[in-house]
Amino acid sequence: MKLTEKIKHMDFSFLSSVIAIAVGLLFGLIILLISNPAQAMGGFSTILTGAFRDMRSIGRIMYFATPIILTGLSVGFAFKTGLFNIGTPGQFIVGAFGAVIVGIKLPQMGAFGAAIVNFKLPLLGSPHWILALLAAVILGGLWALLPGILKAYANVHEVIASIMMNYIGMYLVNYLVLNTVYDRLRNQSLGVAKSAIIPKLGLDNIFPRSNVNAGFFIAILAVIVIYIILNKTTFGFELKAVGYNRDASKYAGINEKRSIILSMVIAGALAGLGGGLLYLAGTGKYIEVVDILAAEGFTGIPVALLGLSNPIGVLFAGLFIGYITVGGDYLQLYDFAPEIIDIIVASIIYFSAFSLIVKNIIDRRRIKLGGGKVQ
Amino acid sequence: MDYIIEMLGITKEFPGIVANDEVTLQVKKGEIHALLGENGAGKSTLMNVLFGLYQPEKGVIKIRGKEVNIFGPREANALGIGMVHQHFMLVDSFTVLQNIVLGMETVAGGLLRMDDARKKVIALSEQYGLKVDPNALVSDISVGMQQRVEILKMLYRDNEILIFDEPTAVLTPQEIEELMHTMRGLAAEGKSIIFITHKLNEIKAVANRCTVLRRGKFIGVVDVASTSKETLSEMMVGRKVNLEIDLQPLTAGEPVLQVDKLRVKSRRQGHTKDMVKDVSFSVRKGEIVCIAGIDGNGQTELVHALTGLTMPDSGRLILNGEDITRQPVRFRNTHGLAHIPEDRHKHGLVLDYSLGENLVLQGYFTPEFQTKGFLRREKIIAYANQLIEKYDIRSGQGAQTPARSMSGGNQQKAIVAREIDRDPELLVAVQPTRGLDVGAIEYIHHKLVEQRDAGKAVLLISLELDEVMNLSDRILVIYEGSIVADLNPKEITVQDLGLYMAGSAPGTARRDVQ
Repeated sequence: MKLTEKIKHMDFSFLSSVIAIAVGLLFGLIILLISNPAQAMGGFSTILTGAFRDMRSIGRIMYFATPIILTGLSVGFAFKTGLFNIGTPGQFIVGAFGAVIVGIKLPQMGAFGAAIVNFKLPLLGSPHWILALLAAVILGGLWALLPGILKAYANVHEVIASIMMNYIGMYLVNYLVLNTVYDRLRNQSLGVAKSAIIPKLGLDNIFPRSNVNAGFFIAILAVIVIYIILNKTTFGFELKAVGYNRDASKYAGINEKRSIILSMVIAGALAGLGGGLLYLAGTGKYIEVVDILAAEGFTGIPVALLGLSNPIGVLFAGLFIGYITVGGDYLQLYDFAPEIIDIIVASIIYFSAFSLIVKNIIDRRRIKLGGGKVQ
Repeated sequence: MDYIIEMLGITKEFPGIVANDEVTLQVKKGEIHALLGENGAGKSTLMNVLFGLYQPEKGVIKIRGKEVNIFGPREANALGIGMVHQHFMLVDSFTVLQNIVLGMETVAGGLLRMDDARKKVIALSEQYGLKVDPNALVSDISVGMQQRVEILKMLYRDNEILIFDEPTAVLTPQEIEELMHTMRGLAAEGKSIIFITHKLNEIKAVANRCTVLRRGKFIGVVDVASTSKETLSEMMVGRKVNLEIDLQPLTAGEPVLQVDKLRVKSRRQGHTKDMVKDVSFSVRKGEIVCIAGIDGNGQTELVHALTGLTMPDSGRLILNGEDITRQPVRFRNTHGLAHIPEDRHKHGLVLDYSLGENLVLQGYFTPEFQTKGFLRREKIIAYANQLIEKYDIRSGQGAQTPARSMSGGNQQKAIVAREIDRDPELLVAVQPTRGLDVGAIEYIHHKLVEQRDAGKAVLLISLELDEVMNLSDRILVIYEGSIVADLNPKEITVQDLGLYMAGSAPGTARRDVQ
């Protein structure tokens, strides 16, 4: 095959993400140059290399990436099935609450609770944390159920419905934390029981002091499961068909209302799992009683865009954003205000999310060259 | 002889397909030049090359004898080339006048000056007899008037070369007549017209010369007046085409479908009108029953109720002795009902899926194509390849071709292949040949007759009188939601059928008018 032939048939998805990232980094460099020209080059190379300076930093990348891989997967999965799940912050925090309440309350539930807490699985410790994560998955899924039902039966747009559910979720969780597991000294939830903390599986030895835990493996597992559902199963075939063309799916005998609801619920469950994984990490993360939507939820949107909604892409996009965040932390060694660091990291993420535009531009060039549509 | 447009040896390739292979098109000034070819023959590709949307791999384009490179519609426009697209490029919420000047506005001091534009548009509209109301919103005017707006857009830009891409597909017979008249007028004024079509009658009616393409190749250029329709169609399809069908007499057997007092209410908000009113009929083995009627007389609602897309409000449906009135689509699909839908893009295909995936759209869950919930991709592709071969579905990359990138005719063939290959007891075919060329029409007609001859039942819903007369064993006429006649095509004339369809039974002196 000639080179030009090869170019015509190549898949440019990965390349477009790389180009988008490069543009994002370039923009970050410009901000560095504006805010502090003398330190800019040093700062820039710190962003790029800081995350790889030691094993601890690499562990931190994985730790930061875990929740946003799941919210990214949530948004990406919904995209693939024709839905825009902007309700990840709500699903995330409701799931987190589910994990926290089970993590705190289960040991207090008499003999049953004690039995679970004291039961030991090989390698994984007590099943307590698994039950807590299950609660996160279920509550996250439930939180997306209503937008799904509204979309399927009343054609209410899922963006409107799930944005509203974000606020309901945030305030409801604040209210419930205040009334159930409130630490009034710190204005946040109490800590979960030791048995509810996700085991480290020895990761703390490889990546010392980095907080990374088995949650990262659960995120990878979720990526693989979603990849298989979307690409290999009849179930995924139905969900995608409904996403692409609801009328044709109905014509083909697919229960399109059920598919829409299930897509939303699965997306919500993924975001809820993300919340559970973060708040059961045993890293001093507590649900704070503040009126702010969970940032990890919204970060799922650029993660999904950068990963072009492909589960594997989302995994790497999440890791990339973890990497930039960790690298950005080391900027404090230079004379940059913490706010500037946040702006730079946010700008890089911002531009990275344009990978879809880059892909479209590449595709259009290819059609001119002679790819694409046959009349 | 000086040509105004010369496209010489144009070659344009797409992955897996040569859309134009050394095609030559030469148009004289002031002539109407038809570009004839089947769906997917490469007509649109050639025009997109002329319009600068595609760059050809090989070939030369000369305009007024000068070699040019065209990189986009803007340059094409500057060279005096204008195009009326098959799907109009109008802004619905703008007025006719605003649409015409769009992109060419006269501006003074940052403000729009519409008065001059209005004068010019009115003058043009009078000169060429293109009646439009400059102040009407495009969303409010008829399709025919929208087309006149498109033509005025070209004239307003002083285009000399006018391309009409299948302009009659969306028009009523009267509007077609008017358009033909307009085209002749434009040619008489010295404009050169390229007329893309696959309808031979229209070519005979207006065109001077005709270039024929087949499968991307240049077949020839002929003088229309001295060439018969038969020759043209043979050039286009590559063999003799015969649309006359001789139905072998066949005794219809057991009823496959029985419809009993079916009633469907309008689903539109605020409407309570019955769209289908107590309709009863049956379709038996080995017969083609055709439901004839003017568009919008309840055919869509009837078909949707039959196929399960909507539930009827009352009445009963029996398929092969089983009551399916309340059964979902999937049950009907798996119990012998197949459906070639009216709108192939809305219902027939998932355009973002590949051809292969579309061919198993109703069968992906059967043991043949899945085990334990996992798709068997290699089986799906093997099955798709088998259908592609058997039904001659042409596409760039076989089973992997995105359905969206296929030509309309091949998309329709894919649907027909999928539905017929499921070996249904009853095939419901709704306007199965709409927008297709003669070769494809002939093909689909033969497939329907094959079904009938194999002892299956076919219910055909068609608006085309020729199709109705040619293909059916029995004709049911639907008018305002009721079946008003059950006719034998051998005993009725087209004129009488037309009268039935218009709601007045022949010989009864228009009883519907008091």
